Amino acid sequence: MIKNTVLEIRQVKKYFKDVKAVDGITINAVEGEFIALLGPNGAGKTTLLEMIEGIQYPDEGEILINGLGWKKHEKELRAILGISLQENHFIDRLTVREVTELFGSFYTLPIGRIDEVLDLVALTEKQGALTKNLSGGQKQRLALGIALLNNPKIILLDEPTTGLDPAARRNIWEILEKLKKDQGITMILTTHYMEEAEYLCERIIILDKGTILAEGSVHELLQQFDLSEKIVFVSDKTVTREMVPDNGLHALTQNENTYTLRIEDISSYLPSFLAAMKEYNIQYSSLECRKMTLDDLFLSLTGRSLND
Amino acid sequence: MTNLLRQYRQLFLAYVYEFFREPEVMLWTLLFPIAISWILGIAFSGERSQLVNVAWIQQQATTGSFVQKSFSVQSGHTLIKDSNNVSSSIILGSKSEGVIRYRFIPATPKTADVMMKKGEAILIVNDYPDSANFLFDPGNAAAHGAYLQISAALAGKPVQGVSVTKLDVKGLRYIDFFVPGLLAMGIMSSCMWGICFGMIERRSKKLLRRMVATPMKKSAFLASIVTARVILSIFESAVLYLFAWLYFGMQITGSIPALFLTIFAGNLCFAGIAIVLSSRTAKSEVGNGLINMVTLPMSICSGVFFSYHSFPDWIIPIIKAMPLTTLADSVRCIFLEGAGFMDVAPAIALLTGIGVITFSLGVKIFKWY
Repeated sequence: MIKNTVLEIRQVKKYFKDVKAVDGITINAVEGEFIALLGPNGAGKTTLLEMIEGIQYPDEGEILINGLGWKKHEKELRAILGISLQENHFIDRLTVREVTELFGSFYTLPIGRIDEVLDLVALTEKQGALTKNLSGGQKQRLALGIALLNNPKIILLDEPTTGLDPAARRNIWEILEKLKKDQGITMILTTHYMEEAEYLCERIIILDKGTILAEGSVHELLQQFDLSEKIVFVSDKTVTREMVPDNGLHALTQNENTYTLRIEDISSYLPSFLAAMKEYNIQYSSLECRKMTLDDLFLSLTGRSLND
Repeated sequence: MTNLLRQYRQLFLAYVYEFFREPEVMLWTLLFPIAISWILGIAFSGERSQLVNVAWIQQQATTGSFVQKSFSVQSGHTLIKDSNNVSSSIILGSKSEGVIRYRFIPATPKTADVMMKKGEAILIVNDYPDSANFLFDPGNAAAHGAYLQISAALAGKPVQGVSVTKLDVKGLRYIDFFVPGLLAMGIMSSCMWGICFGMIERRSKKLLRRMVATPMKKSAFLASIVTARVILSIFESAVLYLFAWLYFGMQITGSIPALFLTIFAGNLCFAGIAIVLSSRTAKSEVGNGLINMVTLPMSICSGVFFSYHSFPDWIIPIIKAMPLTTLADSVRCIFLEGAGFMDVAPAIALLTGIGVITFSLGVKIFKWY
């Protein structure tokens, strides 16, 4: 089944005084797709998202949503988008329900939609609470609820779980998963948590300095960059490539006395590696074996960590 | 249309709820004007039994005092030693002109100088056996008045054909002058702080950005803020008037519909100015400065606390052109002079005009993101 393209971003550029915030980005999204824009602060995620949201305008390039552009079709586009900004402050002294009703009044909603949304984001019990008294997670859920009021075709979420504890983050993920399953909604979210991108999205777009560094599913990305698994250890003795087994070894790198082996498969490699260490009488400490992550990928692509 | 109305209604309610749910805001906007009118009303009313201190330098105390001698001969009053056994006092005046107690505090030229500098005395008398010499700042009206009253008593000649009648009818007291001015100033502050701060806060918290990312009608948003503020401000004015009526017996002698229209126009005017001031910035410090820049000169000059007619002639036309002056004068006219709609129509037109122009300008340059 061929899915409809709902979002086309073509060669979009946005420059500020001294920063190329977005520098020639092209993305297509099909119906029902969940896409993560992953990157460190300043990568251009928010600027790109705000251009899709019609809050900022590209200097060059074009953005089409359902085939419509912002210049001529603002009204139609506002009605089919759901948005959650990076900072979500609502009016402090209004209750959850009042804020939801206020935003609801901007759309034409069917009767009962407010209750439905509050239920969806699990705020029914909190509907009488003033928004200033909500916890971080509840505030984000309220923001999400407001984004969903108009039953949007596409939701655009800017760091929806930043600063939340793991349980609160999990709550948001569950809501989003449910939306994907039940409504076939298309979502683009920005995040600098790679586990969020991995967990929620089938496609991850890694951005840095306004350009796309890599894109694909987690699996594709790691394959594409030949980064499967790794062993890291610390040793005072010098370890050379000749000393370690060759079966499935991609690379051996050294940073002072920390060594990193990039290998195909830990389970088959580890026994021979340990045997070799014994043979050369190499004492090691802090031995760590793990799968490569997107953070490693980002590090290998840019030399910086995602959380920098 | 129903869509627009629904949006307007929700936005309006949000604004009103926000106001009434903040006890501190209620306290400041409602109780503060009442407190200040109460304090000033009390301070400037009541019997005028005042005390004036005079630094009394007896140049040749052993030989005699012109002051003491003249008082007992001419006015039949004598300087009476106070209970502190240092100073002496004489009470001059009458019930109709006000009673003033002049306290003569013995001094040397040096201590007299200090008393003047500290404001403990407002005039110095050099008392010789056969004459007296007064020293005071002619620009100080109170000192000048004291000199005239004391010297007349020393001369002992009442002016023929002149009489005094006490004036204390309602409408001529200080409080009658002050409350309409305070009401006008309340409208100004309420619009400025209420609208500007709310707007800047919404912008800095990115709430404006979030709201315009929906199909919200911007006109509904602005209209809701302005109308909610106008209604709250009329409510505030009514509370202040109610107090002035109950406590000071203040009455509106002119047309109440005209007063209502004037207050409404004043609100429009200041709401428009507030929209302009809050149209760009997202920083509350900047907003604070802008509001002070506009409100402070008007609060001082526009005849809220005292008449602006004591300012130099050349500046009066400028003061009269200020919106707060226009509003305060018109409200005062209706309260005190029995003005009707036609008397204040030009002011209403001017205030509305300023409001409409500033509002349209503000909307044009308004920064939503």
